[in-house]
Amino acid sequence: MTARETNMRREIDATDIQAIARTAFGSHKSARYVLLRVVQPSAARQWLRGLTPTSLAKMSLKELPPEISQIAFTAEGLRALGIKDTILQQFSPEFVDGIANNDNRSRRLGDTGANAPTNWRWGVGEKEAHILLMLFSTVEQIKALTDRMLDQALAAGLSKVDILSDSDMDNTEPFGFRDGISQPTFDWDRPRIPGTKADQDYTNLLALGELLLGYRNEYGLLTDRPLLAASEKNVDILPKDLTDHGDLGLNGSYLVYRQLAQDVAGFWRWVAGEAARSGITKEQQAESMVGRKLDGSPLPDLPVGRSIPGVDERYSGRNDFLFDTDPDGLSCPVGAHIRRANPRTGDVPGGRKGPLDSLLTILGLTTRRDRRPTSSTLPWRRNTTVWPFIRSEDDAVASARFHRILRRGREYGSKPDPDLGHDPAIPAPETGIHFLCLNANIARQFEFVQGAWIASAKFAALAGEQDPLLGNREPFPTNPIADPQPTDGFTRPGAPPHCRHASGLPQFVRVRGGAYFFLPGLAALRWIASD
Amino acid sequence: MIPQDSFIIVAKIDPVQLDKLRSLLKTMTFADRTGMADPDNPLVRFRDFDEIHFARFVVLADNTLNDRAHYPQLPSREPFYLCFMVDCDGSADELLARMAQRPDGLRTIFGHCEEFGQTTDLLGWLRAHRVKPAASYVNWVGRSVGQVREEARLHDLLRAALSGIEKSEPQKILVRLRQSIMLPEPLKPAPPTPLSWRIRNVAHLLLPFVVALVCLALFPIITIVLLGVGSVLFVIALRWHEQTDPFVDQPYDANRVAELRGGEDHDVTNQYTAMGSIKPGRFRLWTEVAILYGINWVARHIFTRGSLARIGTIHFAHWVFLDQGRRAFFCSNYDGGHEAYMDDFINKAGFGLNLSFSSGIGYPTTDWLLARGAWLEQEFKRFQRRHQIPTDVWYKAYPGLTAHDLARNSRIRNGFEKAAMSDDEIRRWLAEI
Ligand code: HEM
Repeated sequence: MTARETNMRREIDATDIQAIARTAFGSHKSARYVLLRVVQPSAARQWLRGLTPTSLAKMSLKELPPEISQIAFTAEGLRALGIKDTILQQFSPEFVDGIANNDNRSRRLGDTGANAPTNWRWGVGEKEAHILLMLFSTVEQIKALTDRMLDQALAAGLSKVDILSDSDMDNTEPFGFRDGISQPTFDWDRPRIPGTKADQDYTNLLALGELLLGYRNEYGLLTDRPLLAASEKNVDILPKDLTDHGDLGLNGSYLVYRQLAQDVAGFWRWVAGEAARSGITKEQQAESMVGRKLDGSPLPDLPVGRSIPGVDERYSGRNDFLFDTDPDGLSCPVGAHIRRANPRTGDVPGGRKGPLDSLLTILGLTTRRDRRPTSSTLPWRRNTTVWPFIRSEDDAVASARFHRILRRGREYGSKPDPDLGHDPAIPAPETGIHFLCLNANIARQFEFVQGAWIASAKFAALAGEQDPLLGNREPFPTNPIADPQPTDGFTRPGAPPHCRHASGLPQFVRVRGGAYFFLPGLAALRWIASD
Repeated sequence: MIPQDSFIIVAKIDPVQLDKLRSLLKTMTFADRTGMADPDNPLVRFRDFDEIHFARFVVLADNTLNDRAHYPQLPSREPFYLCFMVDCDGSADELLARMAQRPDGLRTIFGHCEEFGQTTDLLGWLRAHRVKPAASYVNWVGRSVGQVREEARLHDLLRAALSGIEKSEPQKILVRLRQSIMLPEPLKPAPPTPLSWRIRNVAHLLLPFVVALVCLALFPIITIVLLGVGSVLFVIALRWHEQTDPFVDQPYDANRVAELRGGEDHDVTNQYTAMGSIKPGRFRLWTEVAILYGINWVARHIFTRGSLARIGTIHFAHWVFLDQGRRAFFCSNYDGGHEAYMDDFINKAGFGLNLSFSSGIGYPTTDWLLARGAWLEQEFKRFQRRHQIPTDVWYKAYPGLTAHDLARNSRIRNGFEKAAMSDDEIRRWLAEI
């Protein structure tokens, strides 16, 4: 299929898309994540037929419907509902494998040591969910909604794995940082043609196919998804793709769920100690690890007001910044959480250029000795000993547009007061984030961000440090291959004495459960539920 | 400078011995780390050979011969080969001779191959089975294993010492650091580059220009006409092939991928071995030969300092023809996970993938040899996973270190040995530690 063919626009059917693809239901302050298992397939299918997940079309109403449900399935769930293997195998391989069933995947995602799936509260074995029912409502109404929905599910013979609640922390995650600021903007009206010269610069506007299946993605192609031959049963329920197959994936997405428990007291205890050692405030220390200030504003010295496709005025001063002015991480450490989770790089280092420079850059060469006149924050000239080559450290992380996710998480638990958490003898009640995100290609989006950027101790030519918030701090490689090397460092660059390499970071975030789900379009849901 | 070299031994496996050979190779690895060589395994004690960077044993078992159904002129079966590949410092032939002085392990292993008997002269046999790669890449020409190790040690010591030194003037910090470091042995200066290597390298560099000049000088008109007509014919033939090559489905085999994954991400560096058939006919083969000549030339003379075009994560790589050009295999040692490696390659150098692999049967369709192909992302990824084969035994001399680490450690060493540095230079140097 050529890029041009896939360019053909398809009208978007808002009644077929679950609304979570476009909204976090922020005005509904309460959420429940109901994890269920199918016991009797036909009863479960009948129950599914009675559900009415809120579609995107409802979002054009003035007010959110008071009760909102959204639904997603694991591969095991689809299997338990009676979906044939030949169809199941057409879903993404990562989804079919599941998040926790493969040692290599666990190694890559950092799910080793305390994070290992064997320690999870849900997500493996008997506790592997089949169905995720997400309920959103007001604080007053959520309980009644949950009870009602659960009763119906149990009556249909489903069994409950767990019900997880969020808690409203006013858009602040438990460590105390403002969250939910930076998100990719999706090209719902689809004028975007990806891969043009403009993408040599960072873009926050992404092809819709990075979120929903059935639309072209950042390669201008349709991501693999199940297409059903006309002979499959009930295929008429499904919309048709261009080749007249039943399009089971259309308007669907993959939903990644990880329950992440945060050790808030431990975090601030370590941060305070480290801050004292290096003579800065504990807020400054914590902010350098996250890459934003507590109130969510960008770190000082990062020029804002950069024009970035897909970042509109509403975000001016908060999200219109890049890291290209700060190659050495003097303003925002290269290893900071937000810089790992989204390095904001375009397709080529240094952004858009003239034809000769572009050609040279493709070959890894450059004409300019001092390629970064913008790095004025640097008190010394850059090391250019290998000119005319582009310093490969500067080019280690490119093309962020292929590795973005849409976050839909919510906080849970009760947030301890950071100033009170000094007595480690009193265990604090658990708190953390129900980390949910949507993407069309789990391997290239979520797993890449989590594995190559967040969990990797070698991200962007760094060494010996993982994400300062999320790292599992497991030494790597492990014996007997070699003497294990620490991964528990964090470098906060800067001219001495501000440059510091901290070591011995404890683990602040633990994975408590997780799964890969498929969030179907509503026609696909009807097909799944059909007998 | 110590130049790098490699040997690649390829020998036909006696088909009845195939399974036995595989289990034997398994004994050379750690039980719960698929494919990771135990450096002290009794068959080939890699640890004893200080000049080895990377080594691998691979049973070249083609997974994609069925694709030849589209090409009845090709035989439907091919032999299994055992490949033993080593990247080393100095002369690979001398290393091979030294390894053959401990014959028992190698005899046991190659005893599973055809034409190898009790009385075979091991070294002679190995030499006879050496194949020359069509193209090779070395991340940093001249960086030896010894240097890698001593620079890594220096970095560890400096990092530890730095945290104990109080903040003051850069020059003072430098003096303190230099005083406080106790190296177990002094850093070794790079030995002089062998003259023979230098001469051969310059000759290799100049060869294409000399040939071109000689042709132009002796037969100017014929050369220009031939080149012009040749290019036009080439482009016509290329487009014709690109538009008529049969489409080969690239199904995804979950079990195979799971097997391959089992051998990945035990270290910061991973191995990659892939093989497949080349499209029959002289056009594709000669194109491939020419392209690999070009890749080899730029790799040897231009990309010798830490990156191949924009890819800075490959340590060593080789492209090798098999069976008189009916097949080829490719081996590399790269940093990071497999998915990241492929994404990096597609996004930074997809044209390079297209150039070097599009003559393979089933490769996603290219346009003008450079475009599309690898950018058909998922089709390409299935193609390469399907052609990948497990590396049975894989050895790396410096676990835990990436190519970026090695380059940084060298910069740190240079600063450490520099007679005098300005304040700025010292700051920059300290920041790297
Ligand atoms: C308990 C765990 C986590 C905490 C406390 C946390 C905290 C934060 C905070 C405070 C921000 C800045 C606010 C914003 O830009 O919206 C942020 C941004 C972000 N986080 Fe996390 N996060 C966590 C887990 C994760 C995980 C597991 C991932 C992905 C695998 C992730 C991916 C991101 C991304 C993509 C951004 C936006 C970066 C940008 O575009 O600038 N986070 N996080």
